[in-house]
Amino acid sequence: MTLPEGVERREVDGDEGLATRGEPVYGEPTEDGWRRWDRSRSKLAVLLGREVETGLTADSTVLYLGAASGTTVSHVADVAGPTYAVEFAPRPMRDLVGVAEARPNLFPLLKDARKPEHYAHVVEPVDLIVQDVAIRGQGEVAVANKQFLRDGGRLVLAIKARSEDVTRDPDEVFDDVLDTVEAEYEIRYTDGLEPFHEDHLGVVAEPK
Amino acid sequence: MSEDNPTEAGWFSGVEPGDIEAGVTAIQEGSASTVEDWPARAVESGFAADESEYYERLHETTVAASRQAVSQREGADDQQLIHSIRTLDDCQRLANELTERVAEWAGSRDPEATVDSEYIEELADRESTDPIDERLVSLAGRIVGLQTEVQEIRTLVEQTAESVAPNLTAMAGPELTARLIALAGGLEELAKKPAGTIQVLGAEDALFAHLRGGAPSPKHGVIFTHEYVRGTAPVDRGSAARALSGKLAIAARIDYYSGEYRPEIEAELDERIERIRARDAS
Repeated sequence: MTLPEGVERREVDGDEGLATRGEPVYGEPTEDGWRRWDRSRSKLAVLLGREVETGLTADSTVLYLGAASGTTVSHVADVAGPTYAVEFAPRPMRDLVGVAEARPNLFPLLKDARKPEHYAHVVEPVDLIVQDVAIRGQGEVAVANKQFLRDGGRLVLAIKARSEDVTRDPDEVFDDVLDTVEAEYEIRYTDGLEPFHEDHLGVVAEPK
Repeated sequence: MSEDNPTEAGWFSGVEPGDIEAGVTAIQEGSASTVEDWPARAVESGFAADESEYYERLHETTVAASRQAVSQREGADDQQLIHSIRTLDDCQRLANELTERVAEWAGSRDPEATVDSEYIEELADRESTDPIDERLVSLAGRIVGLQTEVQEIRTLVEQTAESVAPNLTAMAGPELTARLIALAGGLEELAKKPAGTIQVLGAEDALFAHLRGGAPSPKHGVIFTHEYVRGTAPVDRGSAARALSGKLAIAARIDYYSGEYRPEIEAELDERIERIRARDAS
C-alpha cells in the first residue's frame, strides 16, 4: 500500500523520512511546512514506514488511547479528521493541551482508558483506534474500547511487554495479550517494533 | 449525570451553546453506557448548526476541560502534601498524648479505665453532670474528633501523593512518599538527591555521628518503614535499603520530570529484592 494522504516520505533537514504538515510540537526538524515524523519516537510511524495497512486516512475519525504529551497524536491529527486523544496522567496532558490548541480537530480528554464509559458521552464512533497505553491489562483496554469502532474500523495496538510483567519473557506476554484481544478482534498483522522500540509488538486488528 | 448512573445523553445535552463552564463540567463528570453519533445528535438537538460548528465547540470545551482538570490535579502539589503529612503526624501525636492524659485522669475515678481508643470512644458517649467527669467526657469527644480528622487527612495524603508522585506512591505507598518529599523539602529537591542520600533521609543524627567518626554508618532512614527493608533479614537490610533507595531515586526523577506512571521500575525492584532475600536461603 502507499502512504495515507497527508503523510509523505520527504527529505527534511537533510534526512529522508516520514513527514506531515502542521505546527511543530517536540522540536522535530521542519522544512517547507513539513515536520519529520520520527520513527524512534512514534510506534505508529514505524508501522506506516513499513507500509502496513493501518486504516489511517485523510478523512478517518480517530480515537487515540494513551496520547501522552501528544508526539504521535499531533501527526495523526495533521493527517486525519476528528481525533480524540485520551490521556490519564496530568503532567503530559499539560503538553497535550498545548498541542491541541493549534489543532482544531484534536480533542484532549483527561480520562482513564480502562473506563470508556467516562468518555463515551464525548467520543463518537471512529474508524481507527490507536492504542499505546503503558499499563497492565493492555488487552482488556483494547476489548473495552471496541465499542467505539465502526464496522470495518481498525485497531492499531502497540503492546509494551514490560508494562504487563517485566519478569516474563516478552513473547509470552505478547501471546497473553493477543489471546485477550482475539476474543473480540481478528488479528491482521503482528510484528516487533525493533530496532526503534524494544520489547514492543505492533498489532493491527479488525473487530469481529 | 453522575458517574454511577450513566445516561444515554451526550455531553452537550442540557448545555447551552456558549456556556463553556457547563460544558466543561459535563465533559469531566458525565458518562454514557453507549456510544452514539454525537455530532449528528448535537445538530439534531440544535446544540450546533452543523457538524463543523459542533467540532468547534467540542474543541473549545475539551481544551478548557483538560486544562482545568490538569491545574486542579496539579494544584494538589508537593508543598500541600508536605503540609498534609506534617499535620497528620501532629494530629496523631496530639490524639495519643491526650488519650494517655485523659485515661490517666479517668483512671483515678473509674477503675475500668484503659489507655486505648475504645475506652475513649465509650467515655465520649457518656452523659455526666459531675464537673470533673464533664471535662473528661468533653476531652474524650475532642480526641475522637481528632482521630476522625486523622482518617480524613490520611485519605487526603493518599490522593495527593498519587497525583503528585505516581511512581513513588506505587513503590513506597502514600505515607512514605509524603515523608520522603517532606524530608527533602519538595519533589524537585528529592528528584535531585542521589540514592545514597535518600537511603538515609530521616537518619541525620546517626549520619552525622558517623561522619564525626566512631559510629557505624546508618543503613536506612525513614525508608525503614518500607516492607522491603523491615521485612528483610537484618544481615541483608543494608542491601535491601540500597536497592530500594536506588529505585526510589529513579521513581522521584520520573515523577518530577515526566509524571507518567511506569510500572516497570516497581517490578525491577520486586525482582531485585527477591534476589537479595534468596541469598539467606542458599
